[in-house]
Formats: sequence, C-alpha cells, structure tokens
Amino acid sequence: MIPAAFDYVRAGSADEAIAILSEHGDDAKLLAGGMSLIPLMKLRLSTPSVLVDVGRVADLSYVRDAGDRLAIGALTRHRDIETSDVLAEHCGVLRAVAAQVGDNQVRHRGTIGGSVAHGDPASDLPAALLALDATFVARGRAGEREIAAADFFQGFLETALAPDELLTEIRVPKTGPRGFSYQKFNRRAQDWAIVGAVAVTNGATRVALVNMGTTPLRALAVEAALAAGAAPADASAHAADGTEPAADLNASPEYRCHLARVLTRRALEEAAT
Amino acid sequence: MARRGPGALFNVPASTNPGVSVRISMTVNGAVQDHDVEPRTLLVQYLREACALTGTKIGCDTSSCGACTVLVDDESVKSCTMFAAQADGRSVTTIEGLAPEGALHPVQQAFQDNHGLQCGFCTAGMVMAAVSLLDEIPNPTEREVREGLEGNLCRCTGYHNIVKAVLAAAGSAR
Ligand SMILES: Cc1cc2nc3c(=O)[nH]c(=O)nc-3n(C[C@H](O)[C@H](O)[C@H](O)COP(=O)(O)OP(=O)(O)OC[C@H]3O[C@@H](n4cnc5c(N)ncnc54)[C@H](O)[C@@H]3O)c2cc1C
Ligand code: FES
Ligand code: FES
Repeated sequence: MIPAAFDYVRAGSADEAIAILSEHGDDAKLLAGGMSLIPLMKLRLSTPSVLVDVGRVADLSYVRDAGDRLAIGALTRHRDIETSDVLAEHCGVLRAVAAQVGDNQVRHRGTIGGSVAHGDPASDLPAALLALDATFVARGRAGEREIAAADFFQGFLETALAPDELLTEIRVPKTGPRGFSYQKFNRRAQDWAIVGAVAVTNGATRVALVNMGTTPLRALAVEAALAAGAAPADASAHAADGTEPAADLNASPEYRCHLARVLTRRALEEAAT
Repeated sequence: MARRGPGALFNVPASTNPGVSVRISMTVNGAVQDHDVEPRTLLVQYLREACALTGTKIGCDTSSCGACTVLVDDESVKSCTMFAAQADGRSVTTIEGLAPEGALHPVQQAFQDNHGLQCGFCTAGMVMAAVSLLDEIPNPTEREVREGLEGNLCRCTGYHNIVKAVLAAAGSAR
C-alpha cells in the first residue's frame, strides 16, 4: 500500500518545524516515529501534502530530573522510556507502560509525544499520563503554553493541540519506583488494549482507563470510593460508571465494562503490594 | 482555536502534488547507496527495488507481521512502516548483510540447526528481529525471547523451534 504523494521536509529544530507548519496550515503534518501516521497514510485515511519530519530533533529526546518533577522530551522513543534509569527510580509506571506498547520494532521508532498527540483512546501511554496528572508543553508561533492532561484529550483522535503547534515536553510528578500497576487486556501479544486500567498510588490513588470511551478516562468514581475508605474490590465496582465504551470486533460495551471492573480491581491490588 | 482532530486527520483533500523527489544516501550492508526517490517510497520498497535486495519480505504490509524487519543503526524496525527518506544518512542492515557471502551468522546457523523455519517466508524478518533482541539482551530467558519476538508472526513453525534457535544462538555467542 502506497501513501498519496507528499513533499518531505526534515526539520532541524522545533522552531523550524513550527515555521513550516504555519506556512502550510492544515496541509502539513508532523512526522515523529511514524508508527501511527504511516499506517494511516498507507490506508489513505490521512493524505497530508507536506510531511514535516521532526524525528531528528535530538534535543527533544530526553528524560530529565527537574527537581520536584520529571521532564520528558516529546521525541523520546518508547524504547528509551522503557529503559530509562531516571524513570526506574522516580516514575516506574511510565517505564512499565511503555514496555507494553506494540512490539520491539514499534518501540524502536514510536515516541511518547506522538502517542500523546495522536489522541487514540486505545493507546497505553495517554492513560498513564492522565493518571499521573501530567502537564503537556506545546510550542507554537506565539510561544509556549502548558496544558493539563485533564484538558488535553478532547475526543477521538482529537487533542487540545493546534495544527501548527508542536508538543515539546511532558512533565510528570515523581511517584517512585513502585506503587503502580498497568493491567492491559488484549488477545494478541503486540495488540492495542481491548481495555486497560492503570493505577498509581502517590499519597492518593489515581486510576485511568484505556479504550473505555473516545478519550482516555480517569475513573473518578473509583478514586472517590477509595478516598472514602472503600476496599479495592468495592471501589473497582465503580470502574465503568459513566463510561460509554464502543462496540467493535473484539468486545461489546457490556464486556468492556466488565473488563474495566476486573482490570481495575487487579490494578488496585497490585499497586498496593 | 483550530484543533487537531479527526477533521484535520481524515478530511484533507488528496494532494495534487506529485511530491518532489529527494536524494537520499544511506549505508546498506556496509556499501553506500544513493538514489533519487519519491518521498512516499517505503524503506522496504527502496531496499527491494532500488537496492535490489529482495531478502527482505513484505508479508502483511500493515505493520503486523514483522517479515519486513531490518536493522537501522543496529535496531530492528518494520521497513514497511518507515519512509526511505527517514533512513537517509543511516546505516541499514538486511538479511543479506549479516554474514559474508557463503557464511552464516550465528543466528542463521542456529535457525538451521534447530529447524527454526519451514516455508521460510518469515525467516529473514525473524532473524533480524532476533539479532536486534540479542544485541539488547545478550542472555535472554525463554520468556524474554518470546516477548522480544512478539512483533513477528510465523504461520508454519508454531514458534517453539524459533525460540530454541534464538536461545541456542545466545548460548553460542557466550
Ligand atoms: C504494530 C503496531 C502496534 C502498536 N501497538 C500499540 C499499543 O499496543 N499501544 C499503543 O499505545 N500504541 C501502539 N501503537 C502506536 C504507537 O504507540 C505509536 O508509536 C504512537 O502512537 C505514535 O508515536 P509516533 O512517534 O510514531 O507518532 P507519528 O505516527 O509520527 O505521529 C502520530 C500523530 O501525532 C502527531 N505528532 C507526532 N509528534 C508530535 C509532536 N511532538 N507534536 C505534535 N504532534 C505530533 C503527528 O502529526 C501524527 O498526527 C502501535 C503501532 C504499531 C505500528
Ligand atoms: S510487511 Fe511489514 S510488518 Fe508485515
Ligand atoms: S516458516 Fe513459514 S511463516 Fe515462518
């Protein structure tokens, strides 16, 4: 399958990428690892006329200890997240979740920024970042702005990023090496989650769900029940409250709701050990 | 504010732009390859058609099967899901470049010794994925081998002999 034709421009820096994007408007698209965009282009579901390759903007690939929190460059590959020593010590959950994305070949190319910017509710990292209450840094012609994870995911493949903005950095709190769990349920090894549940305990416990709606979702009813003293088994009964999961080849909405409750219970139990 | 949404993703009119060719140069199996390509040329097409290296196979063409796996700067990638232009300036290794003419790489030898292939269609990709895996985890457990090869499908062997071969190759390199 061959994508529709396009012009290829390699950006040497974030600012250069933004300048090219603003020049071409909606016809241009950023290319990071290509693990989501290239398959869509091959199916001709996406037909940008200009592709701006930011894959070599090396100064956006890092995991840094920034004092009370961690800063992760948007171009950091899943592979570099899953093997990061800084994350092993300060945010084990991201390492564990990145290790569940696709397969080795996908993790060698795909980036955390691409995963976030794509806005797919079936992706693993966006839910983890929602549970972590991450902050996303977007840069455009007018400068930089910060977007809270809770405001970032707005609909199916729809985020708060403007078409000429580049996601540059992801900031997460230090949650330590343990106290988390990611329960991903799929039928084949390399697949996306049919449903996933991530729990992170850092003082309070936060829970987020993969593939239970058009965006990644916080399981707020579960968090409230836990805060009120409910045991994991009772709190997890609320995991599907207020969700409207889709029906597809893999699962009916009812089955997804069941999975959300079971996976949330397992995640809470594992996070507590 | 305009948002990056399904509108932007799906409704862009098909481009009338033929796509200006780009000159790319990369090292493939140790030799420099220079070609003018359309930007939409996939790495696997480039290797098979421009470089005439047909050892790399196209199985699914949808990033699922791993038959097209090659190494870019020593790391496994699915060459059906990468543009050739993205490999410009990089070093690419295909199955043809693993060992000198007439010789076998230890992983290839282990596949032969352990009956790690039947029809052979998945084998080039499987071997390249295994080489990358052993580069990252020189002494993997059986579980690490199975998980490390999750991006590669084989419709013949049932995987057991592939796993045996990779474990044997790790042992022989020790
Ligand atoms: C076989 C296969 C299996 C997979 N399995 C999983 C899985 O199990 N779980 C999972 O979560 N994902 C999975 N993925 C998707 C993978 O995680 C992608 O790597 C990720 O979703 C996109 O990252 P990328 O760098 O490849 O982005 P690209 O594909 O390059 O870009 C994706 C989108 O984001 C935009 N974009 C990229 N970077 C930026 C930026 N810095 N600022 C603004 N916009 C940007 C692009 O314009 C594009 O619209 C899989 C992919 C494949 C091919
Ligand atoms: S042909 Fe590339 S993954 Fe199947
Ligand atoms: S040997 Fe036939 S597909 Fe693997």
